[in-house]
Amino acid sequence: MAYTIPKESFPGKVHEMALGTGDKAVAVGGGKVLPFHAFEGPVSAKPLVAIEIQDVPPADWPEEVRTPYAAVSDDPAKWAKYCQDELGAEAVALRLVGTHPDRENRSAADAVATVKAVLEAIQVPLVILGSNHAEKDAQVLVAVAEAASGKNCVIGKAQEANYKTIVAAALAHNHKLIAMSELDINLAKQLNILITQMGFNADRVLTDPMCSALGYGLEYTYSVMERIRLAALAQNDATMQPPIAGDVGMYVWKIKEVTAPEADVPEWGSLTERGVAWESLTATALILAGANLLIMRHPRAVDAVRKTVAELV
Amino acid sequence: MAMTGVEIFKLLPKTNCKKCGFPTCLAFAMKLAQRQADISACPDVSEEAKATLGEASAPPIRGMKLGVGEKATKMGEENVLFRHEKRFVNPCVFALNVPDSAGDDIVLTRAREVAESEIDRVGQKLRVEAISIEFASGDAARYAAAVKLAADTAPDAGLVLNCTDASAAKAAVQAVAARKPLLYGATAENMEAMAALAKENGLILAVRGQGLDEVTDLTAKAKAAGVNDLVMDGGAKTAREIIEQNTQVRRSAIKKGDKAVGFPIMTNCIREDSMLEATVAAVAVAKYSSIILISQAERWKNLALFTLRQNLYTDPQVPMQVPQKVYEIADPTPDSPLMITTNFSLTYFIVAGEVENSKVPARLAVMDCEGLSVLTAWAAGKFTANKIAQYITEGEGFDKVSKKELIIPGQVAILSGALEDKLPGWKITVGPREANGIPAFLKGRAA
Repeated sequence: MAYTIPKESFPGKVHEMALGTGDKAVAVGGGKVLPFHAFEGPVSAKPLVAIEIQDVPPADWPEEVRTPYAAVSDDPAKWAKYCQDELGAEAVALRLVGTHPDRENRSAADAVATVKAVLEAIQVPLVILGSNHAEKDAQVLVAVAEAASGKNCVIGKAQEANYKTIVAAALAHNHKLIAMSELDINLAKQLNILITQMGFNADRVLTDPMCSALGYGLEYTYSVMERIRLAALAQNDATMQPPIAGDVGMYVWKIKEVTAPEADVPEWGSLTERGVAWESLTATALILAGANLLIMRHPRAVDAVRKTVAELV
Repeated sequence: MAMTGVEIFKLLPKTNCKKCGFPTCLAFAMKLAQRQADISACPDVSEEAKATLGEASAPPIRGMKLGVGEKATKMGEENVLFRHEKRFVNPCVFALNVPDSAGDDIVLTRAREVAESEIDRVGQKLRVEAISIEFASGDAARYAAAVKLAADTAPDAGLVLNCTDASAAKAAVQAVAARKPLLYGATAENMEAMAALAKENGLILAVRGQGLDEVTDLTAKAKAAGVNDLVMDGGAKTAREIIEQNTQVRRSAIKKGDKAVGFPIMTNCIREDSMLEATVAAVAVAKYSSIILISQAERWKNLALFTLRQNLYTDPQVPMQVPQKVYEIADPTPDSPLMITTNFSLTYFIVAGEVENSKVPARLAVMDCEGLSVLTAWAAGKFTANKIAQYITEGEGFDKVSKKELIIPGQVAILSGALEDKLPGWKITVGPREANGIPAFLKGRAA
């Protein structure tokens, strides 16, 4: 008896966009079917992993993920180049965490200098992230958007509180934009609408419905992403068709499971493997739910996700 | 294919005798159609109607239990493709595979790893539920001995006989028949003998095909041979094939009512690279596998996979809760800050995470508000000045606190006056509105 494959086709699609310039430009998003459902239609470009670096040495990162970068993390340009040349990064994400007023409180001018140095050092696309301080990000991201003009970067994150200035800067300097809302499909939709109402095309937005780590609310992020993807495809909801971004590393590398030594919790096994597994599984779950761009930290987790993606496409 | 209430009604006695607990046969029929009642509640229905209904009213994916006794694990009975629609029902089983040719020491080690795999996470006991013994030695007596050794070493585990040689399987079944091992299994070549063995011993039979055409063929043959508890492995070799086959099967079973594939799925996720094995297993967890075969069950991997399974099988309509308790973060002293929040797991995780980030030792009192977040709990009258005061005065864990100052979430700043009235001698401090303000808040106080 022959089995009939129950294929489904959808009226909607996911926007496809290019990041970066020249030979190293990469495509993100696209496709007309659910993630990795190649049996029934065109799938999205394979998920892009941007390896995360930051503008100040990562003293706040747990040892397990700090150590692999010990030789390069004192200098963002050197760090970025290491990610590109040694780790084979297809994109780099620079987080300007040092600009946060409660941290080093670096100025917008400092951030501009860092961004220029990093852009000078690498050819792969650059994602430029603020420090998640709404007011400071509005200043910093506007300045760095200008400094990176013409490089087709991703700028983020625009949030409800500060999207206007950041959208205007991304628009003026031809960048893509990450729009972040907090774990609610309706908030994600609303922010995308506000942004497109400013004349910023939906096919240049990446939607970040807020990430969570495995064991720390991952199921919420997973389901919000699945629902966004279904809304884009099955309901052909134009406001939900931007590709999805998952800021994985930052949420994973602060929880107990990636910091507690094996001596304290022998039943959890090797801390080194546990940390890598935590980031790898969080990322794997989210690409199944619909994430198109992942921001990750540990080189081995990046490698594990790369191998998994190779099996998925 | 599922029947409508009216179609079912035609098969009922139409006596409205109420013995089923419903006022009329039609009401009962409607409940049957919604799978909220069982046909056995009707004492007068004909055997023929029962058979017809049994087939139609069965869940789209047949339910069955792996193993025996209290620790037997339920599989199947899923109803949806996406967890936001309705809860995924029966969490998948992890089965640790070991070849009999590896020798007794390794078999023993693997079986012990299964037996000792249990980890407690947010109040749930999670474990590797099964051990799979693979027939690789070519020696039936050796195989039976390895199966017996694994079974005895892991007395609560489900057993999977990973063996397509019918005579070796038969010897192994004889050694552990009472444990009801799952036979993995039946191929086009050995179907007759394997189905007979499963039927005779009341075992679950896993069919192994290359692709879903062959699987469909094999389930039909197994059913014709009288075996109803089936599991299917379509031979997916890559993560992509896992997603494709499993999605197709789940759609066929649920949306088309295709009984030929209405069975739990078994997936071999074994990879040489253990980290890749973990991520491929994660694909199988998220995408509908019911039994997942792995070759290594290191503790770090178990914890990560158990947590993923727990996350995805959580009821999306019932908020996850953490137990009411005063959580101590970074070894607080009696005069460390005392903060309070509600027991919605996400609230707890975010607040506790930010307190940890602050590196300031503190106590976080998590109050039982039925899993609601701070504002929702306040609006629902579960996080009020009265209830908070009662918890602080009567609850456990506050005896270690010497400084009578309570930090409340900024979202419920409005409660501070009423709380000072209800808690004489206490200072009430309003904390940040958002959790991400906690590190600066705590560090500012500590400075």
